[in-house]
Amino acid sequence: MTTSMEKPPATEVGVLGWLKKNLFSTWYDALLTIGSLAFIYWVLRGVIKWAYTKATFSAEPGVCKEARAAAAAAGETAGACWGVVITNIKVFMIGRYPSQESWRILVSLGIVAVLAVLTWWIWRSQNMRGARRWVVIGWLLSLPVITILLRGFSEKSQILPLVPTEIWSGLLLTLVLAIVGIVASFPLGVLLALGRRSTLPALKVFCTMYIETIRGVPLITILFMSQLLLPIFLPPQIRFGTVLRALVGMTLFSAAYSAENVRGGLAAIPLGQYEAAKAVGLNDALMMALIVLPQAIQKVIPAIVGQFISLFKDTTLVVIIGLLDLLGVSKAVTGQQEYIGLHKEVYLFAALIYFIFSYAMSSGSRRLEVTMGVGER
Amino acid sequence: MTHSSSAYSAARHGAVPFWRDIRVLRVIAQIVFVIVVLAIGAWLLGNYRSWLAERNLTFSYRFLRLQASFDLAEGISFKPTDSYARAFLVGVVNTLRVASVGIVLATLLGLVTGVARLSRNWLVSHISSVYIELIRNTPLLVQLFFLYFAVILKLPQLKAGDDITALTLPGPIYLSNRGLAMPWLRPSGSFGSWWPFLLAALVAAVVLLSLRARGVQRTGRPSFNFLWVVLAFLAIPAIGWLVVPGNPLVLDVPVIKGLRARGGTILSPEYVALTLGLVIYTGAFIAEVVRAGIQAVPKGQSEAARAQGFTEMQILRLIVLPQALRVIIPPLISQYLNLTKNSSLAIGIGFLDLYAVSSTMLNQSGRVVEVFLMIMAAYLSMSLSISLVMNIVNRRIQIVER
Repeated sequence: MTTSMEKPPATEVGVLGWLKKNLFSTWYDALLTIGSLAFIYWVLRGVIKWAYTKATFSAEPGVCKEARAAAAAAGETAGACWGVVITNIKVFMIGRYPSQESWRILVSLGIVAVLAVLTWWIWRSQNMRGARRWVVIGWLLSLPVITILLRGFSEKSQILPLVPTEIWSGLLLTLVLAIVGIVASFPLGVLLALGRRSTLPALKVFCTMYIETIRGVPLITILFMSQLLLPIFLPPQIRFGTVLRALVGMTLFSAAYSAENVRGGLAAIPLGQYEAAKAVGLNDALMMALIVLPQAIQKVIPAIVGQFISLFKDTTLVVIIGLLDLLGVSKAVTGQQEYIGLHKEVYLFAALIYFIFSYAMSSGSRRLEVTMGVGER
Repeated sequence: MTHSSSAYSAARHGAVPFWRDIRVLRVIAQIVFVIVVLAIGAWLLGNYRSWLAERNLTFSYRFLRLQASFDLAEGISFKPTDSYARAFLVGVVNTLRVASVGIVLATLLGLVTGVARLSRNWLVSHISSVYIELIRNTPLLVQLFFLYFAVILKLPQLKAGDDITALTLPGPIYLSNRGLAMPWLRPSGSFGSWWPFLLAALVAAVVLLSLRARGVQRTGRPSFNFLWVVLAFLAIPAIGWLVVPGNPLVLDVPVIKGLRARGGTILSPEYVALTLGLVIYTGAFIAEVVRAGIQAVPKGQSEAARAQGFTEMQILRLIVLPQALRVIIPPLISQYLNLTKNSSLAIGIGFLDLYAVSSTMLNQSGRVVEVFLMIMAAYLSMSLSISLVMNIVNRRIQIVER
């Protein structure tokens, strides 16, 4: 008895099968596909024409003007002038940070890069668990080291002359605001979360009120508070610069959101963990620090990364209080006489940089979720 | 034995000094905490007092009645001779105008793209996921700057004549760097005698709907067709339209005169940019909420429906969405709150919302703390009312589950 194996019909497998299954399964599916194709064609054609075919890439401002005049004469829409981005790339990155001191930023980036590579390498191999502690210490030490490196000692210092935080700008300021904001707000958020779950009514009411008030108002009001109200409610002897005040505002704001994330993790810890910790004789503080918090925080790492991404995006709001972060610098560039009317190029470039950072963080968090199996549990 | 053991425990209890008694410690800890908080508060207030004293000011809201002497060219009418209180009201109304329209449109956009994200059509699902990823990973303020400075303000000018230069959509809707002009229904003289019919139609529709729902609950089958509700809702105002002399509502079409549009309704470029930006941004987040909600409905539900011969559209409308809604509503509430709070970015593009008006008020009057408290109170009450309304909706939807 021989049965000849029939091949599946050509329309069910391979490229044709894929096309039929994913693009043309029904008549309205086919309509949708054709509509989408037309849409993609229209968008891509416009974008490529504007950003590449008709665009000028010269740093000379004259080239761009000529191209625009020619396009206007021909009655066409002009292409992009990428010259504005190419000329100002350094301004976007470090803004008004003095050029002769920019090596300090490179060294700081180097420190971060070395630490990142070390972390990745040591966490991957199983037999270097002992080294993990040193990496963590390295990360903790890097913060003050980089701060000193970037800020310097005093104006007269020969080695590291002072670069006041007021003139930090561009992407540098964006990253400083985001990193310091998350590092400073996280411990505060943990304390607030513990306070909100506390059995002491006074503490609980205070923390709940703080968290809910902050979460009910926009970040811009908090930044406004840090700029205008801090000087009023603090004695004249205590004064800090605008950047530091903005950082205080971002930290106070972000802490309320971190607190809610951590609280979510705390709520997910089974009561047995608390009881077991008590049974082996740990006091409340040790129970929290060694048993409950590590598990709670691990459970909500994706949420914390999400919070970091939104804090990173929220740093743009400092533009409204007059700081020159990446967006502020972009706005300043578009305001210059020779770059008039080049808003599209500049803001698209800024958007691209923000996108690269947040997309990297969100896809990193997704991979972390998979490796930790958070989604499955 | 019993006696000695209780004596033993009594001795032990007596031996615990009050500074190691957990009940006493808890009270002491709270008292210390309250004292510290009050002390810091008093210190801050003291600094504020001396700041006020230096400037010969007192904390008071009497400035609200003073003449504002600045102009606000957005929203309800305002003249420089109006009071600060009126200016604040203008800001609140403008924020509500943006937030209410934004919430409705963002929900629609989010629903469509969220469903499209899960489409079985490869192209459709990828187009919407590109939109979602691009928008979610860039800051809202960058998007607003782009929309306002690079798109809306670069639109053609509004000019009358043989060739209208503005982008013209059917309606006619004119899009230009002066904003958007579109037709609008305007009440005429007889509107006063017509609106009771409108109210009656609304009442009739609600009554019929609840009757129908009761019928469904009792017998599992509606006692009359849904079309009757629609008919009642349309027929009553139509009868009114015939009874009332003249047309109660007139379609007002915008006309371009010189460099301005007149008639219809005219939305400022700032309003268009802000609302559009908030809709596009929040829509992407709502799309993710919708996707997560739909994916939370077990696959067996739609498979079972398909096996029973429901069409894809029916499966979505009757089986999947009602169940997904329960998962969707809570995160949706927080997206609505975010949209309302994010409308404060208006100041970045010069729209006169609550925050932007307040900051002008503050610069004019110098009343920093007073105005700050007003801003906080306004945003908190808006947040609380949205939460309240949505929580009621949530409770009604959750009850269905039993």
